[in-house]
Amino acid sequence: MSFPWAKEYAPTNGVTKFLDEKLPLPRLVYNAVGAGYPVPRNLSYFWNFGVLAGFFLVVQIVTGVVLAMHYAANAQVAFATTEHIMRDVNWGWMMRYAHANGASFFFIVIYLHIFRGLFYSSYKAPREMIWLLGVVIFLLMMATAFMGYVLPWGQMSFWGAKVITGLFGAIPVVGEPIQVWLLGGFAPDNAALNRFFSLHFLLPFVIAGVVILHIWALHIPGSSNPTGVEVKSESDTLPFHPYYTAKDGFGLGIALLLFFTMVFFLPNALGHPDNYIEANPLSTPAHIVPEWYFWPFYAILRAFTVDFLFFPAKLLGVIAMFGSILVWFILPWLDKSPVRSGHYRPLFRKFFWFGLIPAMVVLFICGGAPAEEPYVMLSQIATAYYFLHFLVILPIVGQIEKSEPLPYSITEAVLGSDKKAVLGENTTPAV
Amino acid sequence: MADTAATATPETAGDTADGIRRRDFLDIAAVSAAGIGGLAVVYPLVTQMAPSKDVLAASSTEVDVSAIEPGQAIKAVFRKQPLFIRRLTPAEVAAANATPARSLRDPASLADRTKEGHEDMLVTMGVCTHLGCVPLGAAEGEVKGEFGGYFCPCHGSHYDTAGRIRKGPAPTNLEVPEYEFTSDTVIQVG
Repeated sequence: MSFPWAKEYAPTNGVTKFLDEKLPLPRLVYNAVGAGYPVPRNLSYFWNFGVLAGFFLVVQIVTGVVLAMHYAANAQVAFATTEHIMRDVNWGWMMRYAHANGASFFFIVIYLHIFRGLFYSSYKAPREMIWLLGVVIFLLMMATAFMGYVLPWGQMSFWGAKVITGLFGAIPVVGEPIQVWLLGGFAPDNAALNRFFSLHFLLPFVIAGVVILHIWALHIPGSSNPTGVEVKSESDTLPFHPYYTAKDGFGLGIALLLFFTMVFFLPNALGHPDNYIEANPLSTPAHIVPEWYFWPFYAILRAFTVDFLFFPAKLLGVIAMFGSILVWFILPWLDKSPVRSGHYRPLFRKFFWFGLIPAMVVLFICGGAPAEEPYVMLSQIATAYYFLHFLVILPIVGQIEKSEPLPYSITEAVLGSDKKAVLGENTTPAV
Repeated sequence: MADTAATATPETAGDTADGIRRRDFLDIAAVSAAGIGGLAVVYPLVTQMAPSKDVLAASSTEVDVSAIEPGQAIKAVFRKQPLFIRRLTPAEVAAANATPARSLRDPASLADRTKEGHEDMLVTMGVCTHLGCVPLGAAEGEVKGEFGGYFCPCHGSHYDTAGRIRKGPAPTNLEVPEYEFTSDTVIQVG
């Protein structure tokens, strides 16, 4: 792990010496997030979001465990116990609002984390495994968030559960038996609510486990950086502590300010009023929408309105929705450009800012809008671009693009004159 | 063989010339037993998630349909899901029969979807075949869609007066559950 110039942990007193011999946990921490972990010296604030995601995972686990002490996963009383938490339990309202908004903030920082990865191609060799584990974490998060939203047993909870489990019904032949099996009934009811609660409690700990693998894989090559040029010497790095503990600490302060602004002043701004109506299996809300963080994917699901060959539109929508995330699993092998950072890739940058980002914004807006024109057509165009971008544009751009000159090293990028970096007799195209 | 017998370890003791050892039997037997044992563990773990007996027991419902006037519909509950029972007007029956079944996405005639002698009594699940929303059109004053039957507000599926999908993303007609007339005025569903 790490670079040859990493400082070695030296226990100073009897207690730490004893621990280092029997269970070298302090050494592990020292090498992972302490002075023993050299990190590129030029990381921007975009490199804060991994730590922030870890922080919000802890927020969700702590508030979630507390909420589970007062909640009852039974269709008769689930809605009532949620209101009991809001009205009767000491500080229950704060725990629930922190948990609900914590989910939103978890997704906000994860989306920024993914954005960072896409722009700076953090998924490229030697960091493919980190990226793949990250996609697994994201899928687990989506499953966890979906099941958590069912628990208050409001109208959106119920109909969200019905629509999402209905997706499995689109699978030919075995779809309906699978749907009935997942729900433990013919519609969401007690059986479904109980198993969702059980899994909603379990999955965050599975996420925590994959996060450990994610960080483990990260510590082998070390962090990428805004230039995309790999670390070459000691002058390219700084010890994680105190430099990045301080930088992450500052970012955490900003995130907490924004988080508690939402929790205390706008706690329901990201929710749906319909979820304060108890679940009613006989009446569908006029406009079913998932939580905001699922909107782009929901838009892709609904973009398919006509059958194609033997595939019914419904199945195509389901395949595309899952495919939109699964395509990330092959991303490290689609984008073959040897240059990592978008800063040095003029053509990539154009498609990124004027193609992918607008497509995501359009999908986000359409996913939250009713299924009518012009939203259907817009989401069809954006869905088409989304898949084109990853499957066609990125591989071609990697082949034909002439990248801008890279700095020789991180040190040069930080300290050297611009002239030297631009003229760059030392510039290397790759790594 | 005399030489090897002298240096035989427990691992090589039973070796024969063709490479098969007596110990292989133990290995195969042990792994097979563990595999069968593993399946025996997985089976109950998987099937416990299927609908339990009490859920299945609630899957038969009787409904008295005598009070439904032509043009009216009622919502009942079958398997915890809405069930639409609608007595069609002569005009609605005519509209359904005027549409050639073959031209439809999910071809079926009104006669296929009703019981003989009760062609005006349309019994369907109130569950959109797209993603499971409850369509509008059963209660008075609700939108019935472009084809006068049912309309799903979630993603805009239109069903006609025989509950057949005519427009929108739903792949199939509204499901007609298994049911029979136990008398002239009572149906048993399920």
